[in-house]
Amino acid sequence: MTSVAAPTSMNVTFDELKGLVSDRALTGETMLLNMGPQHPATHGVLRLLLELDGERVISCLPDIGYLHTGIEKTAESKTYTKVIPLTDRMDYLSPMSNNLGYVMAVEKLMGVEVPLRAQYLRVILCELARIASHLVWLGTHAIDLAAMSMLLYCFREREMILDIFEMVSGQRMMVTYFRVGGLWRDVPDGFEDTVRQFMNLLPSRVDEYEALLRRNPLWLDRTKGVGVISAKDAIAYGITGPSLRGSGVNWDIRKAMPYSSYDHFEFNVPLGEKGDVYDRYWCRMREFRESIKIIDQALKQLPKGPVITSDRKVAPPPKEELAWSMESLIHHFKLWTEGFTPPPGEVYVSVESPRGEFGCYINSDGSPKPRRVHFRTPSYTNVAAMPVLTKNALIADVIAVIGSIDIVLGDIDR
Amino acid sequence: MPDPMAEMLKARFGEVIRDVVEFRGETTIHVTPEAIADVCAFLRDDPDAEYDFLSCVTPVDVWPDEPRFQLNYHLYSMARNVRLRLKVSVRDGQPVPSVTGVWPAANWFEREAYDLFGVSFSGHPDLRRLLLPDDYLGHPMRRDAPLVVEEVQFTHNFDDVDARKPYARE
Repeated sequence: MTSVAAPTSMNVTFDELKGLVSDRALTGETMLLNMGPQHPATHGVLRLLLELDGERVISCLPDIGYLHTGIEKTAESKTYTKVIPLTDRMDYLSPMSNNLGYVMAVEKLMGVEVPLRAQYLRVILCELARIASHLVWLGTHAIDLAAMSMLLYCFREREMILDIFEMVSGQRMMVTYFRVGGLWRDVPDGFEDTVRQFMNLLPSRVDEYEALLRRNPLWLDRTKGVGVISAKDAIAYGITGPSLRGSGVNWDIRKAMPYSSYDHFEFNVPLGEKGDVYDRYWCRMREFRESIKIIDQALKQLPKGPVITSDRKVAPPPKEELAWSMESLIHHFKLWTEGFTPPPGEVYVSVESPRGEFGCYINSDGSPKPRRVHFRTPSYTNVAAMPVLTKNALIADVIAVIGSIDIVLGDIDR
Repeated sequence: MPDPMAEMLKARFGEVIRDVVEFRGETTIHVTPEAIADVCAFLRDDPDAEYDFLSCVTPVDVWPDEPRFQLNYHLYSMARNVRLRLKVSVRDGQPVPSVTGVWPAANWFEREAYDLFGVSFSGHPDLRRLLLPDDYLGHPMRRDAPLVVEEVQFTHNFDDVDARKPYARE
């Protein structure tokens, strides 16, 4: 009965455990192994309870909540504008996508139109965030599978994107750049040149990443045929993003339900076939190039004009107007003290974040604070599918699978 | 304009389908709690509906109104590229049939609703707390739960506050 000692440290009683693991674990025939929460390959504070028969995984129970910060509860006590900084802190590798999902939900609730320039800049920044996020995924996924140098190369390029974020928002990671109705302010001079320079550099760097891994026999051995999930299962388990498209399901919200002018740009949705770790890897690698394509087009077509709506009930007036306009002063004062009040109702808006469907549900009771904000985060459902993805896998494959679904624990626990 | 899906559900299920609300282009169909699993299974399997994907299950606490909990099921059809929201309203303690059997994705969403709101589900395979520790008391996302639970300790009252602090001592 020695193996039963392990789960007593989990918050699961012996009786509850009976239904979760096989009977063989209760007699000590198979081993229960606790992996995480402090483990370099779980990409944060994810804890897995693994039932092992030798090296083979019989069952895998993810245990989450170590990074639960109560963002949804906190949001209920803040005005709509003050919730935006909270959204940065969920998926901290692509704060732009979180910002976008939330502000789009509020815009839908308020019925606000966003100027075209703001929409294009949002697309550019979200695609940069996608590249930055995929770079972190590639670096950490590869280092988990013992390709050390990838991390150094990937973080080198990610640093350049963070510099661009700092340029526009003053922050490298917690950007809070989007506002309801547009952007905080226009991008500074030199933004377009900096992004263009980076876009000229990146394709050759992506070639290098591919050269290092794509035909590397060690990489292929670790990823081909590992963590397979069928298209049907992936849909049923709610897997989204590149992890879903790796199984060959052509579903990208940017294409299916275009938002923020994504329908103005030409791009493809890379798909896999088998739904294994390699296909998910290869989907994301091709997404680099599609993001580059989108950014190139958006930069070329970037219109001039305002970057935030002129609806003074939502967006503050320009600072200089406060000196001479009574109404502007009142609007400014009302917005920063009370906030704006949407009509009672509920909306659900989803965007394609680098990890999949980032959905935002807002329930308004007509007061300046939301009655309920719920974030449907992609990592949450992706990690919930771990038991299926690791069924009958080897324990070393668990590492490969965690890397391939690209989880962020802040995104899961919220 | 009546939503065709709502008409179809009314024809199939009758009284079980309550209101149909349109807001900002989104359709919400109110369903009685007892029927939610059947309605969901029908919507998934019917060739005219094909809601094969569950985006999320979102509980809302409308306290002090009754029935206080609303569960919002956000459905999506990959084939038809449309969304639909089903809504059930339940009193505190009233169990809702689990839809985990329809979409396995519902498993964690229902566990989260149980954990943070205290909504209970019947027929759920593994209804345990998800995000919070198992010895946590109460359900923090309820509207009547305070935002800040922990009393702040200062040097002058550290021991006093510590003595009445609810630790998980066992």
